[in-house]
Amino acid sequence: MGDERLALQANEKDNVATVFEEGVTAGMQVTVVDAAGNRTVHAVADDIPFGHKFALCDIAQGELIIKYGEEIGVASRDIAQGAYVHVHNLDSMRGRGDLEKGA
Amino acid sequence: MPSFMGYKRPDGRFGARNLVGIIPSVTCANDVAQAINRQVQGTVAYLHHQGCCQLPPDLERVTDTLISLGRGPNVAAVLIVSLGCEGTDHARMYEELRATGKPVEIIHIQELGGVTKAIRVGTDIARRLAIQVSGLQREKADISNLVMSIKCGASDTTSGVASNCVIGAVSDRLVDLGATVVFGETTEFIGGEHLLARRAVTPEVGQRIYDIVDAMETRAKSIGCDMRRGQPTPGNIAGGLSSIEEKSLGAIAKSGSRPIQGVLDYPAFVMDQKGLWIKDTPGREPEILTGMAATGAQLMCFSTGLGAPQGFPSMPVIKICGNPYTFVRMEEDMDVNAGLVITGEKSIDEVADEVFAKILRVASGEMTKNEAIGYFSAIDIHCLGPVI
Repeated sequence: MGDERLALQANEKDNVATVFEEGVTAGMQVTVVDAAGNRTVHAVADDIPFGHKFALCDIAQGELIIKYGEEIGVASRDIAQGAYVHVHNLDSMRGRGDLEKGA
Repeated sequence: MPSFMGYKRPDGRFGARNLVGIIPSVTCANDVAQAINRQVQGTVAYLHHQGCCQLPPDLERVTDTLISLGRGPNVAAVLIVSLGCEGTDHARMYEELRATGKPVEIIHIQELGGVTKAIRVGTDIARRLAIQVSGLQREKADISNLVMSIKCGASDTTSGVASNCVIGAVSDRLVDLGATVVFGETTEFIGGEHLLARRAVTPEVGQRIYDIVDAMETRAKSIGCDMRRGQPTPGNIAGGLSSIEEKSLGAIAKSGSRPIQGVLDYPAFVMDQKGLWIKDTPGREPEILTGMAATGAQLMCFSTGLGAPQGFPSMPVIKICGNPYTFVRMEEDMDVNAGLVITGEKSIDEVADEVFAKILRVASGEMTKNEAIGYFSAIDIHCLGPVI
């Protein structure tokens, strides 16, 4: 929608941004707009579907993933800057009955 | 002061609709209720799946919820359809609904000698009730008489930055005008409960928020698996939501920013409670829509990203779509395009203006898209214990 490919960083603490464009593919430059309206350009390392997230910085396995300035999960493996962040590398920390088996 | 045109009920509430509610006291009475509903104009039937072979607290919960549905201001008169041997307390339903001053009748299928006889008798009663209430006229009602329920369903990541923010802005305006706003989906507080608890009017209310979230999460965890794919759903995940925490943080945006006055139990009906309230409900549509209608909400604002089309028989549901692509694909089911926030064509406040105007029109009689196509038969009552 327009020439720029836009993504949103909802809060300054966030280490992920959400892409709100269709057709963002690996290697493309994406303009990340933060809550204050500042714009920074990031290259994405993977295809990122509309509404999905990528890492704004390197995130090590076990580090928290932050969106809206709040914890949305934990990195289940190392995530490089620009990489796609979703259920394959982000674990939820809540509703985890599987972690309580036999506890 | 904004106002709407509503039907004044004996309890002083104002209805946005003028319906005869056909209430099966148990799921075994659904077919009779449905047959009457199909035959008589101006009726709605609540075809739920509860009411027998449940533990006593759930039977009481179902009885209370059905009473609250009948008390709803959009319901002008009630016909209860009882089988006769059910676990719910159909006598109490009849007595408590009669006490509201509305016309209320009850039939018992077993006592009448079977299904066809009950359909015949029930149709006669419903026809009489429909004619009796059909001449009521709308009167001007201050906006403070409005109870708006809110929900998000089939969410994606646009919900938390567009449509839920729009509903949040509308919620703040209604609260400031003295109206009542009720939100729920306790599952979708998980990961954001601290933000809600901070807005509680008292420490006790804050603790209650933590308690209902803990109970919901404990029930989910008791199955021994990761909740993901139950919540968030496969659709949510396809839409970019990676965890319940991410979904919740977006979901609670629809509650706006005003103080939270308290937590309502699932069957609770609000009379004089103003401001912003939580109702303890799951997120799934059939159960939360019933719970919200039981609150006495005249209408619901429903945010969606992937396109959830469901409604409720006696509560108009306004669909507000945050995803601009979904809005174009499903425009026939979506009332308001909040996707224009994503494309940068409108601000959250501008779309909130549009929703606010729509609310006044719908409260005054304008149909929502969902209502016009009558897509609202899948309803249910949320119970806590097993079917036994």
